[in-house]
Amino acid sequence: MSTLSTRLLEIRTGVLSKNDQLAARLRERFQRAGVLALNFVSSPGSGKTALLERTLAELVRAGRHPAALVGDLATDHDARRLERSGALVRQIETRDMCHLEAEMIATHLEAAGWNLAELDYLFIENVGNLVCPSGYDLGEQVRVVLLSVTEGEDKPVKYPVLFNSADVAVITKLDLAGACGIDLALMRQNIEEVRPGITIFETSARTGAGMDAWLAWLMAKGVS
Amino acid sequence: MHELSIALNLVEIVEEAARRAGAGRVVAVHLRLGAMSGVVREALEFCFPLAAQNTLVEGARLEIETVPLVLACVPCGRDVRPVEGSFRCPLCGTPSMHIRQGRELEVIGIEVPDPEPAMEEH
Repeated sequence: MSTLSTRLLEIRTGVLSKNDQLAARLRERFQRAGVLALNFVSSPGSGKTALLERTLAELVRAGRHPAALVGDLATDHDARRLERSGALVRQIETRDMCHLEAEMIATHLEAAGWNLAELDYLFIENVGNLVCPSGYDLGEQVRVVLLSVTEGEDKPVKYPVLFNSADVAVITKLDLAGACGIDLALMRQNIEEVRPGITIFETSARTGAGMDAWLAWLMAKGVS
Repeated sequence: MHELSIALNLVEIVEEAARRAGAGRVVAVHLRLGAMSGVVREALEFCFPLAAQNTLVEGARLEIETVPLVLACVPCGRDVRPVEGSFRCPLCGTPSMHIRQGRELEVIGIEVPDPEPAMEEH
């Protein structure tokens, strides 16, 4: 038997190109409608929902119109919790998926029937995972990575890909910093090491510490 | 672990290209995988044959070229491989977010059986 003769076909296509194209279309829609879309990524239990809960309530109080899409493997607990803020909320149950994809955002926006022109903010709470969401563009204008003080200072250098993909970092559960004996300066330094030039906030959704700076940034950023 | 969904995307792209070219099957897939792609090479190699089952891609070789992280260092005016675990220039220590390469997750091409038999086989 002779060796198989083959010919090479050039493709040069990103494996996630379909997702990227859909995400680009979503981003265009958000921009046209004057909506600031933010994708919250972090490990499970870092306080994404708690930060969102407080953020949504404060934005509603300030007369802004926020909405949130909340991703979880199962249950609509987070959506129920966030609805109390008065914001529009819809749960995305991903079943076995460890990350959100642009198609899910498009589908759920459609199903929710929200008028984007009436919204100022769209918060997308990704599935808690420090690896898988990094490569999936959801059409957001801002990617926010959360890191709680209970996770230790060196998380960013252990998961550089996700941290590097973020535009903004929020250090959460600041009220527990003392109890955890965390070195906040080192934590910030580690974030900057893997994402030079990133904007960092420090917050406690429980006590409200640091929320002013975060909200002021959101308000300024959300002016279309 | 999102490598299975990556592998499924990959197989879909490859199968479509093979079909367009009129190929009956795919012999090899050439992929560029950046160090900052967020994809674990071994996990992808494990998932690829599973994703390829019952498609034109079944049995194909997956050839992966790993692409290291390269940053443009502004003060040095050149492209550099950063210090391990950082985004700093190894020469001047300046951090950089100008990523030249390292985020690739790209199908370069595929090998399909040649429809023309080789000359010596006549």
